[in-house]
Amino acid sequence: MGVKTIVEDNIDILVVGAGLGGTGAAFEARYWGQDKKIIIAEKANIDRSGAVAQGLYAINCYMGTRWGENNPEDHVRYARIDLLGMVREDLLFDMARHVDSAVHQFEEWGLPLMKNETTGNYLREGRWQIMIHGESYKPIVAEAAKKSADKVYNRICVTHLLMDDSKENRIAGAVGFNVRTGNFHVFKSKTVICGAGGASNIFKPRSVGEGSGRTWYAPWSSGSAYGLMIEAGAKMTQMENRIVLARFKDGYGPVGAYFLHLKTYTQNGVGEEYESKWWDSLQEIVGREYLDPEVSHKTHRPIPTCLRNHALISEVNAGRGPIHMVTMEAFQDPHLEEVGWENFLGMTVGQAVLWAATDVDPKNENPELTTSEPYVMGSHATSSGAWCSGPSDLSPPEYFWGYNRMMTVEGLFGAGDAVGGTPHAFSSGSFTEGRLAAKAACQYIDDGKADGIIVSDKQINERKTQVFAPMDRYKIYRNEIVAGTVNPHYINARQGLDRLQKLMDEYAGGVTVNYMTNEKLLQIGLKKLKIMEEDLDKLAAKDLHELLRAWELRHRHRTSECVVQHTLFRKETRWPGYYYRGDAMKLDDENWHVLTVSHRDRETGQYTMSKAPCYHLVGAEEETAKISSTENDSSKEETKVLEPAE
Amino acid sequence: MPTFVYMTRCDGCGHCVDICPSDIMHIDTTYRRAYNIEPDMCWQCFSCVKACPQNAIDVRGYADFAPLGHSVRVNREEEKGTISWRIKYRDGSEKSFVSPITTKPWGSGIPQLADVAQPSKEMRESQLLYNEPKYIRFDEGGLHTLESNGLKMEEGVYY
Ligand SMILES: Cc1cc2nc3c(=O)[nH]c(=O)nc-3n(C[C@H](O)[C@H](O)[C@H](O)COP(=O)(O)OP(=O)(O)OC[C@H]3O[C@@H](n4cnc5c(N)ncnc54)[C@H](O)[C@@H]3O)c2cc1C
Ligand code: SF4
Ligand code: SF4
Repeated sequence: MGVKTIVEDNIDILVVGAGLGGTGAAFEARYWGQDKKIIIAEKANIDRSGAVAQGLYAINCYMGTRWGENNPEDHVRYARIDLLGMVREDLLFDMARHVDSAVHQFEEWGLPLMKNETTGNYLREGRWQIMIHGESYKPIVAEAAKKSADKVYNRICVTHLLMDDSKENRIAGAVGFNVRTGNFHVFKSKTVICGAGGASNIFKPRSVGEGSGRTWYAPWSSGSAYGLMIEAGAKMTQMENRIVLARFKDGYGPVGAYFLHLKTYTQNGVGEEYESKWWDSLQEIVGREYLDPEVSHKTHRPIPTCLRNHALISEVNAGRGPIHMVTMEAFQDPHLEEVGWENFLGMTVGQAVLWAATDVDPKNENPELTTSEPYVMGSHATSSGAWCSGPSDLSPPEYFWGYNRMMTVEGLFGAGDAVGGTPHAFSSGSFTEGRLAAKAACQYIDDGKADGIIVSDKQINERKTQVFAPMDRYKIYRNEIVAGTVNPHYINARQGLDRLQKLMDEYAGGVTVNYMTNEKLLQIGLKKLKIMEEDLDKLAAKDLHELLRAWELRHRHRTSECVVQHTLFRKETRWPGYYYRGDAMKLDDENWHVLTVSHRDRETGQYTMSKAPCYHLVGAEEETAKISSTENDSSKEETKVLEPAE
Repeated sequence: MPTFVYMTRCDGCGHCVDICPSDIMHIDTTYRRAYNIEPDMCWQCFSCVKACPQNAIDVRGYADFAPLGHSVRVNREEEKGTISWRIKYRDGSEKSFVSPITTKPWGSGIPQLADVAQPSKEMRESQLLYNEPKYIRFDEGGLHTLESNGLKMEEGVYY
């Protein structure tokens, strides 16, 4: 193809993907590197890209340390129990001790945060969540990133990271193509901060046809962070820890504010509370250490998100579905009704549309809930992502190799979904991680660690050929057939995505198999993924839009492969309600109280799996937090037992 | 509810093409107007709807689960700092909502970090970020550490 190559040289900090993590990185980098060259490469338009494109109605991670509400260690303990022990406590503590500074700055920037009228503090939705009018959350943080960056390249789909040709295992930038012009873009950079987000659409969705875009995580969350990092040889952690969400049926409208603020609750098809029925049998799987409703009641420890899913799934399987969210009581209060609606309009408009279309008014009718297909990400109640170094003052030797949030590839940093072991960061925590990574990246450069990088023309040219191969393939073979999409020489990205989703669903624990898998199934899945990789070399794209989809598919495929490798490695059922290993149906702390780490060899594609120790923060009392005064009202104690982890 | 574009309202300005995070709003080459080229990759995020100066874009519930006969309209006014919604049910009933989107003139509260005072050496060597320790402590003390909070990391366990 006669495409133009555009080279942006001498970059200090390249931000790949400017969602919440990437905008935080770009903004902060300017402070530590006032004379540094900061560039953003983003596949969409940073004003409305990523998971926060339509806005958010809550900031789900805010300590309120300033108001004496929570300390960082409280949040670490909360995330730890929600993930049944498996978290990086150094990274979590670090994020939690900085996150409030990000949130208060959002307010300075003009983001409307709701206030508690009596105390003047931010209005709590739950212990960690505060409520916002966040329709413009993304454009506001984008504005901050634009003020700091030297240049923002919108509509660049980054396909590969570049490696230094003079030093093994060191990053040297990235390449991609412009989705509008078709130009090939080369970014030569001393450091890369990867913020390219999590993965939707790797498991078959519940919806069919037109509705399959109505995923919970955005359909444009293409697993690119994982695809790019794995291919660059970065070690990954906890990739088996996919997430399933209990949400309003079909629209996947969020439930956090409904549970926490509106105090709505769930019941089964015959109007009974059903969750507590399942705790005994669940305790047999996970043990009392991880599920103790008594203790949860006393200490405000949450019931882990996955276990609540398990109760929902089991109740439906027992024939007592559907599960309803009881909204009819709360919605009689006009203020709560308004909050309920604005909550959707601010972050999941599709749910409002669905209720309008089906004449469901939650004031008169309790809407249905269901569990979603699985997603792979690292900032919600799940922690998939890269294996990163922590900060020098917190991290034990196994977790520390010089620079905060740097991966096992030198000069490659991450934020948000890209970083593993840090669940419950959400939007504010992802932004904070971006800031931390930016400071560390500047230090890395100032320490001379990026000196002498060489990128050969050979590497660039090889990538260029690869990037545009699907369009070349289309040109060569298209005219062998009369018309249509069926061709013996190629498949298109949609056909490939369907195949990926079907096999991940059936072999790796998707919805149609009730989240069940086992070693045999996973082995078959791996084999099919391997064969699929051969077909990915035969992808065809008739235009630039299809080329974008082709590269998204490749990133999703690489993510999936890593997920299956990890799921195979962890021989236990750690998170019932997210997925089940039918051949190891119990949580097994004796062998698996560890973080799983994978490494894919850049040359051979072989995976090496290993266990990394899980360090736990101890000290102080287990529950130091003073619950915010508004919540400290004992009449509300009852609802605390069931307070969800989100 | 994937989006669709009204033929008579669209003037082909391309704002929707520019903003759609899914890259699915494209200009039809024959009609020179926009349309959704891939409805099953539409998140119904309304970014394009909010961006269209002609109010030419609307949404219809996804065909696989949403019956016809409803609408959700939006008007985002950056200067006024508000967003207004009107929801029309299939049965004809309506609901309206208005929310703030900003508290300040657009972008005015965001600092230009290239112009703020350079961080000191001490600041660089600390764990602090820009504008910290402001906001992170109740008592205006420094950053939390394991020591300050009476904590330690227990030896890593493989058990
Ligand atoms: C429905 C929903 C509700 C949520 N509710 C809340 C809430 O109430 N409160 C809260 O705090 N959090 C909430 N979250 C979570 C929050 O949105 C995420 O935690 C956060 O956005 C993750 O940040 P990130 O930077 O990792 O990813 P994202 O914000 O998704 O950013 C990823 C970026 O990378 C870009 N990108 C992807 N691939 C490429 C590529 N190949 N090349 C270049 N660029 C690329 C994307 O376009 C995007 O801009 C919610 C999320 C969803 C989906
Ligand atoms: S923004 Fe509106 S008027 Fe402009 S091209 Fe899109 S639909 Fe047409
Ligand atoms: S609603 Fe969102 S995803 Fe759908 S076409 Fe508009 S901008 Fe794109």
